[in-house]
Amino acid sequence: MNKQLRNDIDLPTHFMSDEQQALADQAGKFFMSEFLHLNAEMDDTDDLPPSVFPTLGKMGYLGLNVPPEFGGAGLDFTSACIITEELSRASAAIGLTHVAHDNLCVNNIYRNANDDLRKKYLPGLCNGTLVGALGLTEPGAGSDALGSMRTTAKKDGDDYILNGAKIYITNGPIADLVLVYAKTSPEKGAKGISAFIVETDTPGFKVAQKLNKMGFRGSPTGELVFEDCRVPAKNMVGKLDGGVAVTMSGLDLERAIVCFNAIGIAQRALDISIDYAKTRQQFGKPIANFQMVQAMLADMYTRIEAARSLSLKTVAMCEGLEEGEGGRGEIHKLTAAAIFKAAEVTSFVLDKAVQIHGGSGYMRDTEVNRLYRTGRVLEVGAGTQEVRKLIIAGELLKG
Amino acid sequence: MTSQNESALADLDAIRANYSLTDEQRQIVDHVDRVSREVLHPLQARMDAEEWWPDDLFKQMGDLGLLGITAPEELGGSGQNEFTQALVSEVISKWNPAVGLSHGAHDNLCLNNLLRNGTEEQVKKYVPGLCSGDLVGALGLTEPGAGSDALGSMATTARRDGDDYIINGSKIYITNGPIADVILLYAKTDKSKGAKGISVFIIETDNPGFKVAQKLDKMGFRGSPTGELVFEDCRVPASAMVGAENSGVSVVMSGLDLERAMVASVCVGMAERALELGLEYAKIREQFGKPIASFQMMQSKLAEIYTEVETSRAFSYRALAACVGLPKGAGGRGEIHKLTAAACLYAGEAFNKAVTEACHIHGGSGYMQDTEINRLFRANKLLEIGAGTSEVRKIIIAEELLRA
Repeated sequence: MNKQLRNDIDLPTHFMSDEQQALADQAGKFFMSEFLHLNAEMDDTDDLPPSVFPTLGKMGYLGLNVPPEFGGAGLDFTSACIITEELSRASAAIGLTHVAHDNLCVNNIYRNANDDLRKKYLPGLCNGTLVGALGLTEPGAGSDALGSMRTTAKKDGDDYILNGAKIYITNGPIADLVLVYAKTSPEKGAKGISAFIVETDTPGFKVAQKLNKMGFRGSPTGELVFEDCRVPAKNMVGKLDGGVAVTMSGLDLERAIVCFNAIGIAQRALDISIDYAKTRQQFGKPIANFQMVQAMLADMYTRIEAARSLSLKTVAMCEGLEEGEGGRGEIHKLTAAAIFKAAEVTSFVLDKAVQIHGGSGYMRDTEVNRLYRTGRVLEVGAGTQEVRKLIIAGELLKG
Repeated sequence: MTSQNESALADLDAIRANYSLTDEQRQIVDHVDRVSREVLHPLQARMDAEEWWPDDLFKQMGDLGLLGITAPEELGGSGQNEFTQALVSEVISKWNPAVGLSHGAHDNLCLNNLLRNGTEEQVKKYVPGLCSGDLVGALGLTEPGAGSDALGSMATTARRDGDDYIINGSKIYITNGPIADVILLYAKTDKSKGAKGISVFIIETDNPGFKVAQKLDKMGFRGSPTGELVFEDCRVPASAMVGAENSGVSVVMSGLDLERAMVASVCVGMAERALELGLEYAKIREQFGKPIASFQMMQSKLAEIYTEVETSRAFSYRALAACVGLPKGAGGRGEIHKLTAAACLYAGEAFNKAVTEACHIHGGSGYMQDTEINRLFRANKLLEIGAGTSEVRKIIIAEELLRA
């Protein structure tokens, strides 16, 4: 069974193929040289530099799971996750913006839309000329995203008319198109939801506000408003009232890939903490010489590798997940557990990273502080820790 | 996905094979699961109550094919790799932790170590008996004064005398010590060289200079016999030495990497049992007119236990996969040293958390000594102490992290 395993004892990972490892090395080098230096200004201004999407597109880092015929990179899901980790290690904010675009929007469209929509939108989304977002959460619909959803889409001739608001939408303020969930049959509750591609220059679409976040600054987040926003019926993704399957299976993949946003952030925090512990001198020697600091580093490493192991296993299980599959059963439980663990671990690691950095870690303009401020939302977005536990317990008690 | 991804789909089986078992492994696990449930699980209560080890249990395990998992078939073993051995440990420990502990000490610490490091003659002499269960094996490293600093503080000596060595000293907390026929023993052959002056010997316990000073009374894993061993002018032939003189440190360190990965598997098996017991109880136990499983606070605990089980399983399998095919003498340093220490550290802590929560779900009944969950709870602490304490595991990891 170990044919595919990497037994090279000097490699940090054992469940990657040579190709995947090479991809990670190449991407890591590129992202570090291209994006790391942008973080300070992005954090100050909360703006995404306009060069980011074209750069990602030009280098082939958009449409990671989209086949080349639609302009994508045609990679497997594990490779997309590995690239997500490398990107997040270099820039947490760009990692977040990238995953919202590439997984939540682009991969969702590829998996669920018909060929006309794929042909129309995927090439632009894959070359970086179009920026994508996904609109699910609403002011009144957080954990109960489907049940409490109030945005509606009413059929009117060949169009649907959307009304409602979406909040905390990553890339919302800069998106060219948004994959929006809305109730087409409100009386059916969660089973009356459909998904639409909304072009953001459509009259009736408005960015109500750009939101001011604690962390991940530079990845623009917004509140979107739809006021009699008229969308052609052919922009529906998947079947009428079939949105719940699209969301739930998409959410499983989202949870799996977001593990790697978290792991990238945690890994960076460990790396800079090791550097700091080796250079910072107190009591006449590097603080790395003290066992209490060593214990923190060891705990950080251990938990990162634990989370990485479960996450790698989980994405392998997601490979080849059929359209509409997921959202229930083993994969639903496993993806929820993987992100629960990855988020918990990242919060732990970030806390210890700041501790090792002492007073300097409390200063807003240090890298460790920027990372620290990202941690909190990883336990909230893509389902709170509580929602993740509800999913796991629901599946455990079903048996 | 759709047809465009056919090439990726072709690799799917290979990708998933990394995370699942081969048909052969599945068969072995199913077999071990069945016999452990039928034969070993019912022994728990009396073993725990009396620190009782059934006389013929090793022989019985030999007959059931549970011994010599990594030994070649011609010597009576199963010819499997260390990964499969860990799976066997996991399943035995799930159904009877005490047997799992004794099995691990015999099959991994003693037998596998002998296989990896012994001469052909030594292997032929002892391995068949160890595989059949006619011989019981143990490993002697820890001493009254040498715990975490096992190598540096080791006081047991082996002095050359003609064609023999004469061993003096004592070993403590030795699993299977009171019942072992064969002990793989570490002793200092050159005290001046410190940790680099250690050699390994095979001791047959009918040697007149060998004595079981006492059988120890443990909090958990009861039934698995643990003892203090004393060597008083214990004379062994030079041919009993395993590996070269003064080369014990590499044997011990590379053996310890594998041992830690194995201990992680033991934790996984026991954590899985804690989850099963917690789930079962939460579904059956009614309070406020409904099963306690319908309360979110219980659901939260169950979800966290599940997450810990699956995380430690994924981590320990990854560490084990890295150990498979590790060349003789490799390990004890570098990536594998760090990874196995981390997998073991994590699995120990994860089991602690899982069993504490599962015990809590059982309420008052979980506090009673004669319940299975309480036995698991009492077993727990050892897994953060044996095979290197959590602190030693962290020291290993930190050293490797800071070396670069």
